[in-house]
Amino acid sequence: MTMATNILKRNRTRPGLNAGAKKKYSVSRTSRTFYWMVVPALILFLILHTLPTLTGMFFSLTNYAGYGEWDFVGLKNYANLFKDDRILSSYGFTFLFAVTTTIVVNVGALFIAILLNAKIKYQTAFRGIFFIPNILSVLIVGYVFNYLLSNNLPLVGQWLGIDWLSTSILANPDLAWLGIVGVTAWQSIAFSVIIYLAGLQTVPGELYEAASLDGASSWKQFWSITFPLIAGFFTINMVLALKGLLQAFDQIVALTNGGPGTSTESVAMVIYRGGFQGGEYGYQMANSVVYLVVIVVLSLLQMRVLQRKEVDI
Amino acid sequence: MSAPTINPSPRDAQAPGTRGGPGAQGKERRRSSINIPLTALVAVLSLTILVPLYFTVVTALKSPDQLGGTGFELPTSIHLENFAKAWELTNFPHALLISGIVTVGAVVLTLVTNSLVAYAIARNMHRPFFKALYYFFIAALFVPFPIIMLPVTKEMAVLGLDNPVGLFLLYTVYGLSFNVFVYTAFIKSIPPELEEAAIMDGASVWTTFRKVIFPILTPMNATVGILTCMWAWNDFLLPLVILSDPNTRTLPLVQYVFQGQFNTDYTTAFASYLMALAPLLLVYLFAQRWVISGVMRGSIK
Repeated sequence: MTMATNILKRNRTRPGLNAGAKKKYSVSRTSRTFYWMVVPALILFLILHTLPTLTGMFFSLTNYAGYGEWDFVGLKNYANLFKDDRILSSYGFTFLFAVTTTIVVNVGALFIAILLNAKIKYQTAFRGIFFIPNILSVLIVGYVFNYLLSNNLPLVGQWLGIDWLSTSILANPDLAWLGIVGVTAWQSIAFSVIIYLAGLQTVPGELYEAASLDGASSWKQFWSITFPLIAGFFTINMVLALKGLLQAFDQIVALTNGGPGTSTESVAMVIYRGGFQGGEYGYQMANSVVYLVVIVVLSLLQMRVLQRKEVDI
Repeated sequence: MSAPTINPSPRDAQAPGTRGGPGAQGKERRRSSINIPLTALVAVLSLTILVPLYFTVVTALKSPDQLGGTGFELPTSIHLENFAKAWELTNFPHALLISGIVTVGAVVLTLVTNSLVAYAIARNMHRPFFKALYYFFIAALFVPFPIIMLPVTKEMAVLGLDNPVGLFLLYTVYGLSFNVFVYTAFIKSIPPELEEAAIMDGASVWTTFRKVIFPILTPMNATVGILTCMWAWNDFLLPLVILSDPNTRTLPLVQYVFQGQFNTDYTTAFASYLMALAPLLLVYLFAQRWVISGVMRGSIK
């Protein structure tokens, strides 16, 4: 990044002007312009992102209900969180859901991406089809599948004579989460497929040629060539998927609305409901801070573990 | 929606050349060795995507008494009045307008501002201020929205920004983290000599950005524009908390609000869902290839 100095050199060679004055003027003006380019955005970001984050952290130490008076309560909100069954169960559900879905999405997406990258007919058209779910509203997809899972899947269950599938799984407290996993995976795979496809295209074909000559099976080729080379994309996908899924909200609103009971309430949903409707502003802010820490720690851990497995060509 | 009936033949012919995935070995051999069983497998798998879409379409076309059976039968008679009813009930044109304003606003403002910020950062990474700013934006990627949700709702109400304008402003600002990341990676690969030449000719930094850099950024602009468009159009939680006036509801928000009124009137509900999904689906139908390559480009950074 030696642009400023380059400009300096150029200006110095310009005839006719007071070289010294020109150089100072130009450099400071250029760099001032760069500051002008970022400062308004920075201010807006501070006001609309940083300030709310800090306000939230501040109110997590109070008993603020979202309106009226408030007092400092120290870390009481935090202590109460760990004794609150609803909060604990929302974390339990959210982890179970996010981890399961992350695995399903990545295995499914990698499989589909490899298929789409193979020598198949109508490759472009199929890629186009598999990406469709990603352009649909999560909420609306949830509503459509709500109907399918409540009305059509039980028919399949009855036809197959499977007991637990003969009634709506969304109405079953033990199985509702699986419905949410399925619908979310249906939609999330689309995006991951594209990232994996991008990754697969960075793998040089000659490597496979050499491996084929050596008589390596496709399975072996995948694990010893493909996977190590796209491990970076695997990391990105795993981190993005887990981080996104830990914040699940829309699809749960559409599928179960947290039910039956509170069995599928996600953390984001508890924060929304408690904070907006339950008069638990301060308390839910403490919940949010814990949630922030959880997401940051998990993402960093994931990156550390996964990045160790990456290889470069 | 009869699935993107994209004419695959001319595009397919190009694909191997432009993409060249693994197995780009022997270009001659390639065309002849299309794997038929794999193609069949992919076709079967694609049904998992197409069948729910088909189901949505046929349900929206039925009358309530045709809903029995497996639900996958073709409608015995077509009931377009479902769409008329949903159109009236949800005031579709209005919601469409709001969603359009929010999405277009978010995309335009994001492209103009985020690229500018990224440019300034990318060209000044040697300065501590810009470097710190870069990492500050990246760090914000890890902050989950729910922690901001409650305070920002209050803040936007106080600022009088609890409306579509405030909404697209938020998309623009919240998009900075990711977009700056994607743009800077790209800008770093542009040789600085290009700008130096422009500046030598007496252009200001602003003009240089507008005339030289922004046009070079076109592929990245496409990526960022597509991602922002899909985000702003489909988002539900942010409009839910920010928009206070019932007259400014976006399309997903309208589906949520009318859920109670649709009640068991599934055919109207599905017509309404389909109308809300249709605009982006139509755009995608025509720009499908562009969208996918745009998203791919974003992920390689």
